[in-house]
Amino acid sequence: MRTRFMTMTMAALLLLSASFACAAGTIKIGGLFSVTGPPAFLGEPERNTAKMVVDQINKAGGIKGQKLELIVYDTAGDATKAVQMATKLIRDDKVVAIIGPSTTGETMAVIQIAERERVPLISCAAGSRITDPVKRYVFKTAQNDGLAVSKIYEHLQQQKINRVAILTVSDGFGSSGREQLKLLAAKYGIQLLVDDTYGPKDTDMTAQLTKIRGSQAQALIVWGTNPGPAVIARNAKQLGLKLPLYMSHGVSSKKFIALAGDTAEGVKLPSGKVIVADALPKKDPQKVALLSFVKDYQNHYRQEGDHFGGHAWDAVMLLKGAIERGATTAEAIRSGLETTRSFHGIGGTFTYSSRDHAGLTKDAFVMVEIRNADWILAK
Amino acid sequence: MHKELIKYALFSTVVLLAPLQFSGSYLLNVLVFVGIHTMLAVALNLLLGYAGQISLGHGAFFGLGAYLSGVLTATYGWNPWLTMLVAALVVGGIAFGIGFPILRLKGHYLAMATLGMGIIVYIVFNEWVELTGGPSGFSGIPSLSIGSFVFDTDLKNYYLVWSFVLGCVLLSVNLANSRIGRACRAIHDAEVAARVVGVNARLLKVQIFALSAMICAIAGSLYAHVMTFIAPPSFGFNISVELLTMVVIGGLGSIYGSFLGALLLTLLPEFLRFMHDYDIVFYGGLLMVMTIFMPGGLVRGIPALFRKLSGLRKGKGAAHA
Repeated sequence: MRTRFMTMTMAALLLLSASFACAAGTIKIGGLFSVTGPPAFLGEPERNTAKMVVDQINKAGGIKGQKLELIVYDTAGDATKAVQMATKLIRDDKVVAIIGPSTTGETMAVIQIAERERVPLISCAAGSRITDPVKRYVFKTAQNDGLAVSKIYEHLQQQKINRVAILTVSDGFGSSGREQLKLLAAKYGIQLLVDDTYGPKDTDMTAQLTKIRGSQAQALIVWGTNPGPAVIARNAKQLGLKLPLYMSHGVSSKKFIALAGDTAEGVKLPSGKVIVADALPKKDPQKVALLSFVKDYQNHYRQEGDHFGGHAWDAVMLLKGAIERGATTAEAIRSGLETTRSFHGIGGTFTYSSRDHAGLTKDAFVMVEIRNADWILAK
Repeated sequence: MHKELIKYALFSTVVLLAPLQFSGSYLLNVLVFVGIHTMLAVALNLLLGYAGQISLGHGAFFGLGAYLSGVLTATYGWNPWLTMLVAALVVGGIAFGIGFPILRLKGHYLAMATLGMGIIVYIVFNEWVELTGGPSGFSGIPSLSIGSFVFDTDLKNYYLVWSFVLGCVLLSVNLANSRIGRACRAIHDAEVAARVVGVNARLLKVQIFALSAMICAIAGSLYAHVMTFIAPPSFGFNISVELLTMVVIGGLGSIYGSFLGALLLTLLPEFLRFMHDYDIVFYGGLLMVMTIFMPGGLVRGIPALFRKLSGLRKGKGAAHA
């Protein structure tokens, strides 16, 4: 009887102290990631990373004594669901900021809610339309596709290549890339001789490659996510296509090398710096953050940290920065984010302003080449 | 007929009062989509439950309505209400046109043909980038408004969508209990017999198909204006199958059953969210159990379950009650 009384008192006390701990200041932030569904390859590392970083911050005593609480919902890559979950985060959970969603489509759907409810949203999706034109409450951490295109074109200029064929996938990623490739070509004096597309589920691209072989193109740029580009690399080898092969940052993961096998050798692509963190020069300002992210992710999840996780890492750290500078409400965090200056994250070095909510320059990318089934910095 | 009136009054009251319970909660936002799904399920039920013709391509009509509304209002600056009407008429016309060849088919072949139609329309949304924005979606669709009153919050959208649902349910219930409804059921049970007694089966099937498509198009317009952003995946094969599931789970040939089906399938994932990664397994299992033990759908299964529970079985098969 007595022991039961004791345990009950203890429990009551614990409950009480727990509620006090909450009242002493937790800052609630929301996460919208497509952990299931077709874009799960984005959402899963993003969720894992966000959880990991928030835990680390809380273990280190929170931000100015205030703990972070992360509430994550799965959007399954569905725009309708993303809208519902964003509403839930804002209305029921009363978060002060939202990280995500993972894809451009979901983000575009959620923007109206963030703007209407005046809650800052830091998207992990790449589409440049998210922050162009600038929306008051919407920020993003993933690099714009245009930056990757600029990086490739710059490299081509150095190689004195100006006649190019492009082959893009007909999904959101590919169509955005195709748009930028066409838009920026003139600026770098590049002629697009062939502009062809392939379907996301196609298993043979010989037809398109045969057409490209018959053209005067000096290089081929492929824009897509796995597995399409690996099929193209294999087909190109089978056809004996001698053109230098350029790919997008959509395949800068070990998965691509595994899929394409030895046909991946010599492929060049613009990539965020995560995959070559070790090889970066010491003076690179991102190096410290990159190495610690890769190591922590490896320890936590027994997997290599990738770019996608990096987008969530950046988003949490940018929020942390804004909160450290004194913001606690949604409105103050929004203004706080705009005062971010030269934050060295995973995706690049961020500088937000009232006119720029994407915050990166083309230095966020490096050109890498695949050699001996690994990445090296391309010359 | 009196009974139908009471049912409808009850349904309307529940619909009108529901926001009192959920105001300020995100569930109100979910209920807006339940309304859109109800319209779609009722539309499909008219075709499948009453006329007995399957369609695996209703997502296409939903999408056509949404894209017509979206593109005409955002790109060409048309009046949204006028566009909604135009979209419904255009989509109804398209359905009427393709209905004649398609509805000559029966059973699996009809399923294949409608499936193909759905896929073709989906590909058009994806590839006609200049007009539809392609895979990255189409944004900038204005909210609906009457004068200076803009439907821009969940509560306003709730009443907007559900007033359409109430209209659509009223129309469908009346239709189902009319001469046309009886003729449809005759086609469903025995097409040859229906023809013998003078029902123009071929024309009637096409007419119902077109009506069903028109309701889907209106639901699509509403969806576009509520979301203000649309993308092809929302109108693909998945939604067509989901609609079919709603109709079957709710109860074939019952208008209120379609509402129950839409309600269950849209809300259930929200309540299963606490199960995290196992929710999909549970969801799938529940659907299987329901189709096995409630072959008549929720609308017949729930009363049967109550009767069983209260021990008032009268020797008849519960599923037939």
